[in-house]
Amino acid sequence: MGLRSKVKASPTEALAGLEDGMTLHVGGWGGIGVPDILIRAIAASGIRGLTISTNNCGMGRPGDVGELFAAGCVKKVLTTFPVHASGVQFKERLDAGEVELEIVPQGTLAERLRAAGAGLGGFYTPTSVGTPLAEGKETRVINGREYVLEMPLHADFAIIRAVQADTFGNLRFRYANRGFNPVMAQAGKVTIVQADEVVQPGAFNPDDVHLPGIFVDRIVVTGAQQ
Amino acid sequence: MNAPTGWNKAEQAQVVASRLAPGSVINLGVGMPVSVAAAITAEQQIVFHCENGLIGYRALEENEPVDPDIIDAAILPIQVIEGAAVVDLMTSFMVARGGRLDATILGAFQVAANGDIANWSGAVGRVAGVGGAMDLAVGAKTVIAMLKHTDREGNPKIVERCTLPLTAVGCVNLIVTDLAVIRVTDAGLVVEEMAPGLTREALIAATGATLDFA
Repeated sequence: MGLRSKVKASPTEALAGLEDGMTLHVGGWGGIGVPDILIRAIAASGIRGLTISTNNCGMGRPGDVGELFAAGCVKKVLTTFPVHASGVQFKERLDAGEVELEIVPQGTLAERLRAAGAGLGGFYTPTSVGTPLAEGKETRVINGREYVLEMPLHADFAIIRAVQADTFGNLRFRYANRGFNPVMAQAGKVTIVQADEVVQPGAFNPDDVHLPGIFVDRIVVTGAQQ
Repeated sequence: MNAPTGWNKAEQAQVVASRLAPGSVINLGVGMPVSVAAAITAEQQIVFHCENGLIGYRALEENEPVDPDIIDAAILPIQVIEGAAVVDLMTSFMVARGGRLDATILGAFQVAANGDIANWSGAVGRVAGVGGAMDLAVGAKTVIAMLKHTDREGNPKIVERCTLPLTAVGCVNLIVTDLAVIRVTDAGLVVEEMAPGLTREALIAATGATLDFA
C-alpha cells in the first residue's frame, strides 16, 4: 500500500472549506507559476472578503490574480509589485475604495512566509529601515545596525502551481516558475497545488524533490495523470 | 549652445558594464538596469542573479527561441548559462540580503548626495510597486544607480536630499547616468567620467547637488 493520494476530482472539491473572510496565499511571480485554474474556481465561487498575499496583482493574463479582483473576492492584498500597465482589474477595485493595499518588500514577503512556515514569531530585517514602509514598526539596533521587526504571514489556504506532482504531493518546478510557490505552500494551513502533470510516488528520486509532499494537502491536475 | 546628448541607452549600459569586476555576482533591477545583461563581455564571467531565483543568466541572442519560464526582473525573456542554478524566492533573497551580491544595479527616480535612493514611488501617495528593491539596496555590497540625469521636464534626478519616498538610506555607491559617472563619497559627489562633448558647466547645470571633479 503506497502513500495516500491527495488528488482531488475538481478545483471546487480541492477548495472545500475556503470561506468568506479567510486569508489566502496565491503563488506566482511575474505572470508565471500562477495557479490559474484554482484562481478561476475561486473567482467563480462568489467568495467575498479574502485577504490575499501575492507578488503581483495581475497583468491582464487569463487566470491571473486580476480575476480575483474583478470578481470582487478581495478585501485586502499584501503585495510587492501591484502596478502593471495591463493590471486594470486590481486598479479599478483599488480606485473604487473596495480593496485595501499593503505594499511589502519582496524579500520581506518571502521571509514573512518562511517565518510562518518555520514556526517563528517574527524576525528583524534591515530592509525598509528609514523608509515609509517601516513607519509604525518596532526597530532594534543589533551589532550597530538598525533592523525592523516583521511578523510571520500565515494563511488559511495557499494555492500554488507546480510542473509535476506525485500523488502524495512531492513537487517539482521549472526555472522561474518556482518563485514564491514553495514558501507559500509551507505557510498555508491548507495547501492546494495545481499540477501540470501527476505521477505515482517513487517516480521522482527523493533527491530531486523540490518541495516535499508533507507541505501539500490537496492536488488538482490540469494535464496528464499517470 | 546645443545641449549635449550624452550616452544613448546601449552606451550607458556599456559604461555600467565596464564598472563590473570580473567574476562578480550582479543583480539587475527593473527598467534601465536589465539592459546591462547584453552589455557585458564573456571574459567578465559575470553571474547575474534575478529576484525570481535564477542565478546565472544571460541576454538572449538574436532570434533565439523564448522559454516562458526563464525571465528577468522586468519579465523579459532571458536564458540560463551553463553553471546556472534555480532557487525559490526565499533563498533568492538570502542571496540579496545575506551579502552574496557584489553589486545591484537599480533604476531610480532620485538619488541624493548622501546616497539615499528613491526608486519605487514616483509621487507621495501614488500606488507603486517596490518589488525587491529595498532588500537589494540594503544587502548588496555595492549599489549602482542607473538613471537618466534629468526627468522628462528636465528637472535634476540627482539632488541634495530626496523628496520622494525612499527605497533605502545612504546605500548608493555609484551613479551612472546618460551624462556622467559619479561616485558617492563621505565628502559628497565626485564626477569620475563624463559623456563625450559634455562640459562641466552643463553637467553642473543639470544636477541638483554639488559636484566635485576627480
